Amino acid sequence: MTDPFRLLFIAILLLVCEPTRAAEPAEIKIGYLRVPEPKITLSLLQTPADNDGLAGAQMAIDDNNTTGRFLNQRFSLDDTLVGAKDDPAAAALSLADKGAALIIADLPADALLKAADAGRARGLVLFNAGAIDDRLREEDCRVNVIHTAPTRSMLADGLAQYLVWKQWRRWLLVVGSHPADKLYADAIRRAARRFGGRIVQERVFEDTGGARRTDSGVVQVQRQIPVFTQEAPAYDVLVAADESEVFANYLPYRTWDPRPVAGSAGLVPTSWDASHGQWGAYQMQNRFMARFSRRMTAVDMQAWSAARMIGEAASRTRSADAKTLVDFMKGPEFTLAAFKGQRLSLRPWNLQLRQPILLADGRMVVSVSPQEGFLHQVSELDTLGVDQPETKCKLK
Amino acid sequence: MRSFALLLGIGLATASCGNAEAYLAYVSNEKGNTITVIDTAKLEAIKTIKVGQRPRGITLTKDGKHILVCVGDDDTIEIIDANTHEIVGTLPSGPDPELFALAPDGRTLYVANEDNNLVTIIDIERRVPLGEVEVGVEPEGMGLSPDGKLLVNTSETTNMAHFIDTATRKIVGNVLVDPRPRFAQFKADGSEVWVSSEIGGSVSVIDPQKFAVKKKITFEIPGMRKESIQPVGIGITTDGKWAFVALGPANRVAVIDAASYAVQKYLLVGQRVWEMAFTPDEKLLFVTNGVSNDVSVIDVASQKVIKSIAVGELPWGVAISPQ
Repeated sequence: MTDPFRLLFIAILLLVCEPTRAAEPAEIKIGYLRVPEPKITLSLLQTPADNDGLAGAQMAIDDNNTTGRFLNQRFSLDDTLVGAKDDPAAAALSLADKGAALIIADLPADALLKAADAGRARGLVLFNAGAIDDRLREEDCRVNVIHTAPTRSMLADGLAQYLVWKQWRRWLLVVGSHPADKLYADAIRRAARRFGGRIVQERVFEDTGGARRTDSGVVQVQRQIPVFTQEAPAYDVLVAADESEVFANYLPYRTWDPRPVAGSAGLVPTSWDASHGQWGAYQMQNRFMARFSRRMTAVDMQAWSAARMIGEAASRTRSADAKTLVDFMKGPEFTLAAFKGQRLSLRPWNLQLRQPILLADGRMVVSVSPQEGFLHQVSELDTLGVDQPETKCKLK
Repeated sequence: MRSFALLLGIGLATASCGNAEAYLAYVSNEKGNTITVIDTAKLEAIKTIKVGQRPRGITLTKDGKHILVCVGDDDTIEIIDANTHEIVGTLPSGPDPELFALAPDGRTLYVANEDNNLVTIIDIERRVPLGEVEVGVEPEGMGLSPDGKLLVNTSETTNMAHFIDTATRKIVGNVLVDPRPRFAQFKADGSEVWVSSEIGGSVSVIDPQKFAVKKKITFEIPGMRKESIQPVGIGITTDGKWAFVALGPANRVAVIDAASYAVQKYLLVGQRVWEMAFTPDEKLLFVTNGVSNDVSVIDVASQKVIKSIAVGELPWGVAISPQ
């Protein structure tokens, strides 16, 4: 190609990308809302990093900007902490004041709703990258909230399909005493009914307080857990619902009967795992490790997915306009590649990102659901979670 | 009985006509860390070569004397003597090489480095790197125009085909395609380059003069959900009339009229069909089936699958010797 011709071509490219101001890249500002409180976990390995989630979004911003170089688009991220005493609505509006119309949120359900409802009049759209509550996609769904985090029911269904495929149909369900644990147990009961699991007995593990780490705790735990799990009816697998990090990780290898553990410990359903390397995930993991010197978590992946959805919509529509981007994401043409072996897309009835669920044991990905044989008339991904005919969501 | 013998006789005669030329097909087995060597006349595996970790992209040097194979987990490309099947050297490919393209000069090799968003250029005679080109996120597919002047690289997360002028090593065009573009294949006359999008489920036919998608080919298989139709490997006959596209977990190869872009039929092959290669006479097409550990052989003229050949674990790439 001759030089003048190449220049002409570049000029045409730039014109196509940005008809008014060819030199300046189109700017897409993304906000990020998160809670600063650290989460205490039983296992040191699972203690989230300070930038848990945020790092995933930053990774996607890098990826978007690499692509943006070719399309004259630039992406930036504005991180805002929402403390226990802070008003999430005010935080969302201050991001709007700074020009961020798209906000990735890693917030508890109620805070998320406050931020979303406050921002609606300003045209804000939130990407829920943290809260797994089904109600946010059901009775409390919002037209301006897109969910990249899976729901409890999607996680429970992903696990249940595998347990049933494995012919481990008899489950001993152990539930923690906190509200989130009970919600997870609801999802597990629902999954048992849908896929043919049988809960032979339920037990509640009361949180009586106390520290999660002590210098000689293991001695007591080794005595407590066998006693707690003895005299159970015959079962194939113990399913634990413990989002509060009180007991589940104490269960493996300590149950009275030698049985595998699943749910909140053992075989855990998740949107991402540090050991996941299939379908090009290896490159994602390497890229993340090189940039942040730590492994990528589920929340990182959920935030990455949100920021990549924005980037993907921006490159497809060649637009930096938030409404144009969101309309495209909601449309039938939108798909996201996220290293899970198939395309992800939005459920139009509640704006939940369809996605496979990984089943990981902390060292390996054991399987990926939906399992073979669980069929669906629209998408096999819709065998996971609450489906359109049963939804309570009415987007308005 | 007589008629059976007669039929058998005709069958044998046809078979021997169809396979008059004997070539060697080399299949890289991603999990097995081996290359299976297949005699294309006998249609059977005749040897297994042990190679490095995670062999994927595979090609032959223009003189047919050496096999080049990307061994990604060893961060190198191994050079294998095609006669002795000994590993005789390695190339400085950069980390985790997966696919590459060899220039018509037989000497310049373009390698996609997925981890650092680069295309690395290597002189395979001197075994030294010559330079790098910055591309999009997760570069993967590599296609060269027949004259070697234009290189196409696909980046899987940026979702573009980057056109690189091989003389200046500069990007001269970027074409947005559907998600996760995996493979790029020029027509022999250089008029079009076909790019498969694994997650998008389509093949984009790109005009390499205008850097524009002139046709997007999509696939519909009755009873098959759209998520499992994942186009990967592409083969186009030299006359430009027929294209074959491997559809991954849909377990089929699409046969496409490459002039009208109409999908004519779907050939059932093995599980997770991936890459493909024609024999030099273009009578046969070998496709690798990753999950079922075999290779399907397609008769190009009749557009029928004529044989499956068991190979190593997770077959990935395939290259066929010029003589």
